[in-house]
Amino acid sequence: MTTMTMAKALNSGLRKAMERDSKVVMLGEDIGRLGGVFRITDGLQKDFGEHRVMDSPLAESGIVGAAVGLAMRGYRPVVEIQFDGFVYPAFDQIVSQVAKMHRRTEGTVRMPIVIRIPFGGGIGAVEHHSESPEAYFAHTAGLRVLCPSDPQAAYATIQQAIACDDPVVYFEPKRRYWDKGEVDEGFDALDTGGSADPWRARVLQVGTDVTVACYGPMVRTCIDAARASTEASVEVIDLQSLSPLDIDTVAASVERTGRLVVVHEAAANVGLGAEIAARVTERCFYELEAPVLRVTGYDTPYPASRLEEHFLPDLDRVLDAVDRAMAY
Amino acid sequence: MSDGSRVASAVQLLSPEGERVPHGRYEITLRDSELRELYRDMVLVRRLDTEATALQRQGELGLWASSLGQEAAQVGSARCLRPTDFAFPTYRDHGVTWSRGVQPLEILAMFRGVTNGGWDPIERGCAIYTIVIGNQALHAAGYAMGVHLDGSDDAVIAYFGDGATDEGDVNEAFVFGSVFNAPVVFFCQNNQWAISQPRERRNPGLIHERAAGFGFPGVLVDGNDILAVMAVTREALERARSGGGPTLVEAYTYRMAAHTTSDDPTRYRHAEELEIWRLRDPIERLKVFLARQGIADRHYFDQIDHEANELAVFVRDGVRAMVEPSAGSMFDHVYAESHPLLDEQRRRLRDYEASFVEELSP
Ligand SMILES: Cc1ncc(C[n+]2csc(CCOP(=O)(O)OP(=O)(O)O)c2C)c(N)n1
Ligand SMILES: [Mg+2]
Repeated sequence: MTTMTMAKALNSGLRKAMERDSKVVMLGEDIGRLGGVFRITDGLQKDFGEHRVMDSPLAESGIVGAAVGLAMRGYRPVVEIQFDGFVYPAFDQIVSQVAKMHRRTEGTVRMPIVIRIPFGGGIGAVEHHSESPEAYFAHTAGLRVLCPSDPQAAYATIQQAIACDDPVVYFEPKRRYWDKGEVDEGFDALDTGGSADPWRARVLQVGTDVTVACYGPMVRTCIDAARASTEASVEVIDLQSLSPLDIDTVAASVERTGRLVVVHEAAANVGLGAEIAARVTERCFYELEAPVLRVTGYDTPYPASRLEEHFLPDLDRVLDAVDRAMAY
Repeated sequence: MSDGSRVASAVQLLSPEGERVPHGRYEITLRDSELRELYRDMVLVRRLDTEATALQRQGELGLWASSLGQEAAQVGSARCLRPTDFAFPTYRDHGVTWSRGVQPLEILAMFRGVTNGGWDPIERGCAIYTIVIGNQALHAAGYAMGVHLDGSDDAVIAYFGDGATDEGDVNEAFVFGSVFNAPVVFFCQNNQWAISQPRERRNPGLIHERAAGFGFPGVLVDGNDILAVMAVTREALERARSGGGPTLVEAYTYRMAAHTTSDDPTRYRHAEELEIWRLRDPIERLKVFLARQGIADRHYFDQIDHEANELAVFVRDGVRAMVEPSAGSMFDHVYAESHPLLDEQRRRLRDYEASFVEELSP
């Protein structure tokens, strides 16, 4: 076990994937010499060469479109979108081509592409640098969506995403990049007999009264809330895979607790919380003691940074929802 | 290394040593008072920029994108506009917004994080800053299409960087400008860097030469020579006004500071480059010219320095005194018409925040 930041864990996982498979190549803005604006690819160009870690032109549609071609040629492109708010120029390529190519070619062509996106707020940034666009991608058939919440998960899931034959949109919670945790670098993420299935949710804190489902940046917030909760015993589930959703794990928990609160930074309207609420309600209607509640960002554009603390769900808002669920 | 050797083929009217040099095609005659004003603008914009960088270091601004070294390209081009013309700047174009009459504190508000805008674009004849690279080039093309439809002789100018010319939006803007013969000037500040990516090592093609392929003229100008920038921009604006369609101006300049205050350029560029470009400083060369020609004297320069210091104090105090936005203001202007679900969310947030006040009160 080594203590490291999530940024370092991702770097280490990427390195491992490049060592394992020479077809893994990287493409993104400033990822080479600079190592990316968050230094996630630090040192990779130096060690694997400019032909495998490519500084791309400043063009997101170009980055993803080129990744489609590289994938057709047998490569496994891992592309970096510099910030959440800059993925939209690539939206067409992602939704129209990356997501559909396998089906359009009747299964003959695979798109083993990983699209890494640092996402979410809480870092005091200017506009377009704090968004949570995951629902657009989870909504799109053909894409898988992953979101790690701690260094060990990041280390494992980035390798699993690269090894996956489907395209994976990989959301990295940027405000947790510098959080430290224990990472087992000896852990073989691709050992199919292993315990870490990236597509399964993880119960991180066991409780009996209320289930709180969350992912990415909100996981730490929810664990802190669970620990701070005096009235109710809170179970915290890290969803980790946003598409496919592991409803089995959430439903099994709700069958015991009878209450569910879903927490995400993204807006409420037509978000992941709505999907989870609908599915859990179908599965657990008779076990539910309260309606499924959501704690989310508001249905507004992400605000200017001096307002973001009001926008972002925090410990108090999670506890408030727990209280409301208990009060039903 | 981006040593700027290509500047040799650029339009230049004022050498880095402050000598007037003749040019066969472009000329400009300005009154002494106008020349002094240009100097004043550039000094004040630079002071605003230095102060903003300092304020970011002190935690008063969240971020700052410095315009250091690009004052001539920005002020020179924007000073050619008429009040009814329209400019579309990027996050770095403080010399443009300044020249359009945007107030210093309006410029800084977005970087402090109290707003995503800062001024009324219609009142100022200047759009708010666009951060998503290249988006505004298409807005400029479309605005110019509107000007054309109106039968007006206003003109539009789109600002973007060298890196932005990689984006689809900028190239699509060229197509729209050309197809609709729109009265737009595409003004590219080639400051040699797009964050860590050096223009010339990465893409040896010259940006202004692309214009030919889109069907309009392109010009390379010494972006640190304010006289040349004005001569070239004036002609391009004239062409736009008179129905001649777009022009692409490539202003050859240099980003003297880090990409933004979050960036560490020592990771990717050599300090020698800065030394080369420091000798081409846009303000210094105009100053030498003004002094040699007897257009301005020591007394004038001192007076401008004094004014710059006053501006710095004004900006420093003004930024610290900026009113914090209220939580509820998040919900303002999301829609132009009322939206019941959002109104309900706003009410809920108000009740939620009020519940804390109740808890706190004895
Ligand atoms: C669509 C988009 N992608 C990425 C970014 C991140 N980014 C901000 S500035 C920048 C470089 C811009 O270079 P250039 O166009 O030369 O302008 P400069 O900053 O040099 O003025 C990048 C990649 C962005 N703002 N928008
Ligand atoms: Mg540039």
